[in-house]
Amino acid sequence: MGQTSTARAQGRRLLPLAPVMTLTLMLAPVGAGLAFTLGPAFGYLPALGGTDFGFEAFRMLFDWPGIWQAVRVSLTTGLASTAISLALVILILAGWQGTRAFGVIERALSPLLSVPHAAAAFGIAFLIAPSGWIARALSPWATGWERPPDLLIVQDPWGIGLTLGLVAKEMPFLLLMALAALPQARAAQRLTIARSLGYGRVTGWIKTVLPAVYAQIRLPVYAVLAFSMSVVDVALILGPSTPSTLAVQTVRWMNDPDLSMRFQAAAGAVLQLGLVVGALAVWRLGESVFARLGRRWAMSGGRGHRASEAGARALGVTLAAVSALAIIAGLASLALWSVAGFWSFPDAWPDALTTRTWMRHAPSLGAPFWETMTIAAAATLAALILTITCLEAEHRHGLSPGARSLWLLYLPLLVPQVAFLLGLQTLAIGLGIDGARLPVIAAHLVFVLPYTFLALADTWRAWDVRHAVVARALGASPTRTLLTIRLPMLLRPILTASAVGFAVSVGQYLPTLLVGGGRVQTLTTEAVALASGGDRRLIGLTALAQTAAVIGPFILALALPRIVFRKRKGVVHG
Amino acid sequence: MTRLFTALAATLALAASPASADPDPTDWNAVLEEARGQTVYFNAWGGSVQANDFIAWAGARIADDHGVTVEHVKLSDTADAVSRVIAEKAAGRDEGGAVDLIWINGPNFAAMKEQGLLFGPWAEDLPNWALVDPESNAALTADFTVPTEGLEAPWAMAQVVFWHDTSRVAEPPRSMEALLNWAAANPGRFTYPQPPDFLGTTFLKQALYDLAPDPEALLAPADDTNYAEVTAPLWTFLDALTPHLWRAGRAYPQTGEAVKPLMADGEVDLAISFSPGAASAAIANGELPDSVRTYVLDGGTIGNASFVAIPYNANAKAGAMVLANFLLSAEAQLRMQDPDYLGWGTVLSMEALPEEDSAAFAALDLGVATLSPAELGAALPEPHPSWMTRVAEDWTQRYGIAQ
Repeated sequence: MGQTSTARAQGRRLLPLAPVMTLTLMLAPVGAGLAFTLGPAFGYLPALGGTDFGFEAFRMLFDWPGIWQAVRVSLTTGLASTAISLALVILILAGWQGTRAFGVIERALSPLLSVPHAAAAFGIAFLIAPSGWIARALSPWATGWERPPDLLIVQDPWGIGLTLGLVAKEMPFLLLMALAALPQARAAQRLTIARSLGYGRVTGWIKTVLPAVYAQIRLPVYAVLAFSMSVVDVALILGPSTPSTLAVQTVRWMNDPDLSMRFQAAAGAVLQLGLVVGALAVWRLGESVFARLGRRWAMSGGRGHRASEAGARALGVTLAAVSALAIIAGLASLALWSVAGFWSFPDAWPDALTTRTWMRHAPSLGAPFWETMTIAAAATLAALILTITCLEAEHRHGLSPGARSLWLLYLPLLVPQVAFLLGLQTLAIGLGIDGARLPVIAAHLVFVLPYTFLALADTWRAWDVRHAVVARALGASPTRTLLTIRLPMLLRPILTASAVGFAVSVGQYLPTLLVGGGRVQTLTTEAVALASGGDRRLIGLTALAQTAAVIGPFILALALPRIVFRKRKGVVHG
Repeated sequence: MTRLFTALAATLALAASPASADPDPTDWNAVLEEARGQTVYFNAWGGSVQANDFIAWAGARIADDHGVTVEHVKLSDTADAVSRVIAEKAAGRDEGGAVDLIWINGPNFAAMKEQGLLFGPWAEDLPNWALVDPESNAALTADFTVPTEGLEAPWAMAQVVFWHDTSRVAEPPRSMEALLNWAAANPGRFTYPQPPDFLGTTFLKQALYDLAPDPEALLAPADDTNYAEVTAPLWTFLDALTPHLWRAGRAYPQTGEAVKPLMADGEVDLAISFSPGAASAAIANGELPDSVRTYVLDGGTIGNASFVAIPYNANAKAGAMVLANFLLSAEAQLRMQDPDYLGWGTVLSMEALPEEDSAAFAALDLGVATLSPAELGAALPEPHPSWMTRVAEDWTQRYGIAQ
């Protein structure tokens, strides 16, 4: 008893430190990463002979002929893909939440999140390119094409292909975030009341549920915006090249054999950071404009027209289906390529099917597969524990200063990885902790934690604290309240956050390679290296292997709450 | 008895030099002794299955012979290994680095050499250096005209070839002028990787050679007075060619590897490659139709060598040298040139080899789409790097922002 109370007292002393500890753990890498972006951007990198501060790197950057086009295409694709993804999520939820069809949409879309970005992009490219599967299936009987037409479908200078690819990939993420937020937003109750007042389903949802849900998924939306603007692999595959987006161009400069280009790359990274911050400000402004218009619209009392209601619902489900089909068919084409013999245009099917690629490469992917799982599980668990202790500290001790400075956690999402990582790597080498699994896990944590945090934070905060009050009144300790009431009630968002974190860890290429010094080989380091050879069979195989590594946890995250709470459905559905 | 003597000599050598001193390749037995038990992290591009298998084989061979373990760190870009060394230098780790040997290309070599990031000289003291003939093959001691000075060891020869699909183009255009005429007649069926990609700039160099009034000027650094004059025909050519390119020059494949699927799908009929044996290997691997063949331009094509280099702070320098030396052996080079394994050109001099070895090279079947050395012709030297830096910049200005 005495021991327990000592432990409890210690817990009381330690818990308030959780946000500070988390921040320190993250700030060292983030700080080092930023220093090694800002330093070279202003001319300082002694290892390459840069010792004078100045604006030369920025002058070179703005002298680069394509800079404004690169900036423009980064901004437009980022903003457009985020807006379209969000609009789609709203249409789907508003039109179908609570229906039987919604269950189907949910089950179809959520696992799509587990498809790694590069794999999804390759799949979509294999599908829609002029030599892609769709063109093959329709040629020559419908199109008359004996050879692929010379059409600019992917890599178009306007970034349309890139935007659509990002929408297909980000929409499931936002949907999953929104689904996790629905119970805390009391969506079902709100909708019931709205409908009983005669509002149409879509209109009622947008007027009554959306404000509450959006408040909770705001951070994930920001993350999608930041990610869409700074993504490299998807932009390389689907994005324009004359010129590329700023993020891709920054990577090119960073990889340029002329080492002095690294200063320009750092300047590009700083500009990218500025762009993301600017776009977030624009988005924020848009939020308040929409909120004002929305309030006026809600106050007007319109119940929604039957025709437009039906139209909106049809549009939502159609676009969701198209988007899901794009990724699923893309994956199918990757799978087909991985077993294809020679497959020429316009054959809809390869000449021959062969397991040669699998026989040759699958065995060597075994060890990297387990390495990947170990690292991802460890990083996700650590991120989850840090996230929950921070949030619990905030809840119990009202630690708003800690909470406010937690925005620093999101920095790794805002700065392009390639520039940020040089600092992270230098820090690891300086501390002598590189080249092993543990530092790689720590590096992954830097990128996993922001996602688990943003996947969980708002839902956690939106939890009805009256449950805790009742529990305390019945004599339960705060820790018991946490373990027996709060965690079970929030099981679903916690598992969602874990699945997202897991996927983020599996997808890390540069952090693994640079901090691991090439000595920690994961599925992704193997996949990226093999894919650089351009062999579509190998791209197909490695993309499937990566997807396989993530899809297990996702299915678990979706299925577990249903199994655990099969007799207490109210816990799952709020 | 000999072995005893070797061991004794090695012990003496070890005793004579401090343990942390760098290995000296002129004392090869000491290098072998030091290398035994070392693990060499060979940072090499991992995009070629055949090359990956070849490296794994070489690793197994020197593990058997010399007790050296080779770990292939598969990279998607050599720059990742360069970044690693820079980060180590920035963090003050001047020994015990993570990169032991890098498969390096000319521009990266020039940059690392200039920044003092390479160990050496060592390459010309390797025992198997006796098998190459730098006198008759200048590409072995000058990487993109930058003298190698023993800081990197060659391991493969590469030369520009073009691919044509014989089922669609029976007689390919064998000069840049003919290529332009062909492209005008067949719009959208030719492209090259987007500069500053390595193969993309190589296409520009090749065009520059073919079109420049005085190609000799390319071997000296470019200066402001002759740059405009020498490159003028190139820009005229590209201005005329670009509208006839694949996607009308509004998009380009991003790497040399990305051209292969375009060729396989029939999106393009002609392509450029820097590996004379790559087409044969790709046909064998089901990546190209078996109607693809290679050809060279009438005026000759550019050639260069692939090298391996040791960073200044490498942890296993002795082991790295043992691997580099093995890559230069007749055994490794023969397997490398065999299209069943890799199909790359050897760097060895047939005259310097024992007769049975040179006979084995002569007996190799180079593959269905590979030209014989006589058909390939002598390689043109790489232009001075200053030309390419400026040409790639101007290319981006003129064609790289085509919106």
